Amino acid sequence: MKDFEPKIVCFLCKWCTYSGADLAGTSRMKYPPNGVVIKTLCSSRVDPQHILLAFSKGVDGVFIGGCHPGDCHYQSGNYKTKRRVILLKKVLEQLGLNTNRLRLEWISASEGRKFADTMVEFTEQIKKLGPIPKINCKEDQNV
Amino acid sequence: MKRIGVFICHCGVNIKDTVDVEKLTEELQDYPGVAYIENYMFMCSDPGQNHIKNAIKEHKLNGIVVSACSPTLHESTFQNVLKESGLNEYQLEIANIREQCSWVHNDIEQATHKAKLITKTAIEKLKLNESLYPVSAPVTKRALVIGGGIAGIQAALDIADAGYKVIMVEKKPSIGGHMIQLSETFPTLDCSQCILTPKMVALSKHKNIKLYVNSEVEAVEGYVGNFNVKIKQDALYVDPDKCNLCDDCTEVCPVLVPNEQEEGLSWRKAIYIPFPQAIPATYTLDVENCLGLEPIACGKCREKCEAEAINYDAKPKIIEEEIGAIIVATGFDLYPVENIPEYGYGKYPDVITSLQFERILSATGPTGGEVLRPSDGKVPKEIVFVQCSGSRDPEHHLSYCSKICCMYTLKHAKLYKHKVHNGQPYIFYIDIRAGGKRYEEFVQQAVSEENVVYIRGKVAKIYKQGDKMIVSGMDTLSGKKIEVQADLVVLAMGIVPNEASYNLVKKLKINTDDKGFLTEAHPKLRPVESLQAGFFLAGVAQGPRDIPDSVAQASGAASKALALLSSDKIYHSPIIASVDKDLCSGCMICVGTCPYGARKLDEVSKVVEVNDILCEGCGACISACPSGAAQQKNITDNQIDNMIKIIASGK
Repeated sequence: MKDFEPKIVCFLCKWCTYSGADLAGTSRMKYPPNGVVIKTLCSSRVDPQHILLAFSKGVDGVFIGGCHPGDCHYQSGNYKTKRRVILLKKVLEQLGLNTNRLRLEWISASEGRKFADTMVEFTEQIKKLGPIPKINCKEDQNV
Repeated sequence: MKRIGVFICHCGVNIKDTVDVEKLTEELQDYPGVAYIENYMFMCSDPGQNHIKNAIKEHKLNGIVVSACSPTLHESTFQNVLKESGLNEYQLEIANIREQCSWVHNDIEQATHKAKLITKTAIEKLKLNESLYPVSAPVTKRALVIGGGIAGIQAALDIADAGYKVIMVEKKPSIGGHMIQLSETFPTLDCSQCILTPKMVALSKHKNIKLYVNSEVEAVEGYVGNFNVKIKQDALYVDPDKCNLCDDCTEVCPVLVPNEQEEGLSWRKAIYIPFPQAIPATYTLDVENCLGLEPIACGKCREKCEAEAINYDAKPKIIEEEIGAIIVATGFDLYPVENIPEYGYGKYPDVITSLQFERILSATGPTGGEVLRPSDGKVPKEIVFVQCSGSRDPEHHLSYCSKICCMYTLKHAKLYKHKVHNGQPYIFYIDIRAGGKRYEEFVQQAVSEENVVYIRGKVAKIYKQGDKMIVSGMDTLSGKKIEVQADLVVLAMGIVPNEASYNLVKKLKINTDDKGFLTEAHPKLRPVESLQAGFFLAGVAQGPRDIPDSVAQASGAASKALALLSSDKIYHSPIIASVDKDLCSGCMICVGTCPYGARKLDEVSKVVEVNDILCEGCGACISACPSGAAQQKNITDNQIDNMIKIIASGK
């Protein structure tokens, strides 16, 4: 779709991917501005309910960045994230969403290039998928 | 509603060139919650900081957002500004509009729009930030050292010399570990006992060290800085304060037991002193092998003892100690030779382990330091040493290298030659690992001057033929099978963690790797600490190493422990997990998610509690909690949800 600018939420873990994104910045690498970052201390802080909320509010793509397996600053957080994402994708499928709208990537603090390239690729992918279909769910007053 | 001040930094041209800071200021001026907004050239400079301080005073601000470079650079700078203005430093949010915005995008309109979204998410998060204070706990200024080998002894002395009290727990009747069993140490060929016993004596006399032998750690409760340790000490049938080492009891004891200190090469009695320089200097009664005390089957030792040091009614004791830091230095055992039956150990008396050969070499050993073989007491004219017995064999035995065997095998060969001038040592090897200081020279000297013959290859089988042992193996350099005859075969057995440590680490709840060696907090940068706060690692318990490395590491562990003990309080980041007790159902799903053991079910209230000092703030438990009872301070579900909504709105 022409002129479609996707809205993307990027959950980045402080120790690895957030620092990798900072490195992409200090190296002046360029990527599209569609992703806005929410920083957590570990990718395991990202609860599937947040991802579902994002999609239900019209976010077109969700990106989670964590440490490589074995390198998690908190030992095993990234393993939990991986399991949660795998299971959540099954739910997304049943909701009729393209599971490529949710992307989990291991990016270390030294992989600035990988972060920039992933942002380019993911944004392009979401652009091709188009805006997220409206998910028909009753608005919960507290949410 | 919070009164939030928003400060947008130009960062010279770094931000200003791509983000229209004036437009951003204008667009956020009326955003709900924003009581004051300005943009400035360099927010982190002194004048910039003063802008913030003045605005706080003038506009009665109680929350600050700084839209600037990455928080990794100046978060602490601005936290200080808040503190100096009388605000809690956690009422600050940094919006990263440089590294993650102005520096990575080209289009000014798009970059400015994104900077607005980033700043808004920071404002929304800040609105729900609580004022937080570093968590603190007091520190008990006492250390526990588990294990009385060279590593434990060094760590204990270092901590005690720094002025802190140390409790040492040793399983055997004396400290000294394996080092006291050695004859000489490589590469200097120093007499092992001569260099170790002064340290052992210093420990025994040190006013800051309390030593419990015949003891094991029974239980550890509490957490870093605040451990409660229960130590179980076996019944001390011989009173160490009364025993005067006369040896009369040993003479009359009728029981013979294989002598552990001599690696089974000779006997001891059921009442004995492990070795003459034992610390504590006392005899000890091995009640397992004694003929019996209930009823008294023999009683001769007590009868004979003029010092009246023997008390058959002694009972085991549980001793409780309050401890701040724990050093684990439990050392090693040899890999069981029985696992390699093709080497014939146990079947042939002249196939022995390296530690057994060490005792034969030792002047205080079963042969008085003469090299004699066990079967007939003759002097062996040819000895075959087999390196890598059990080590470097991932398919059948230990996958790793045991690090010390190349050096000590060569030491054995040299000492053998010094004692048996026309003796011929052969060494089967895979590689020669001689990486330490003066180690390579040690090897070269032996090969060129002492006629030590190295055969590169693994040994397949050892068997007896007549009076000789035959060692059958491969010579990889010639590509041929080789059979070497020997009067004595010495197996350089691989090393494994001390057997007692397997149960101990479960009680301490510290991590080991799949081989049983203690796991360090980081393989490169944190080799002497466990991930479990308050536990430090020293010596071979953490991995194979030689004496200099054990000593160095023990001092390293001691210095880490001292850093902990020297604080009155330990402090911890307050961005940690919490539990809403009204929402917690006690399902305990969260407990297993914590890598630090920081969550526990409270037995009385039946809801989960978080240990503030142990929680590192990863948030894994928060996502696992089905009821929302688990939240993270200043990274709550509501805060994340509000940030998501800003991004979703696209405004």
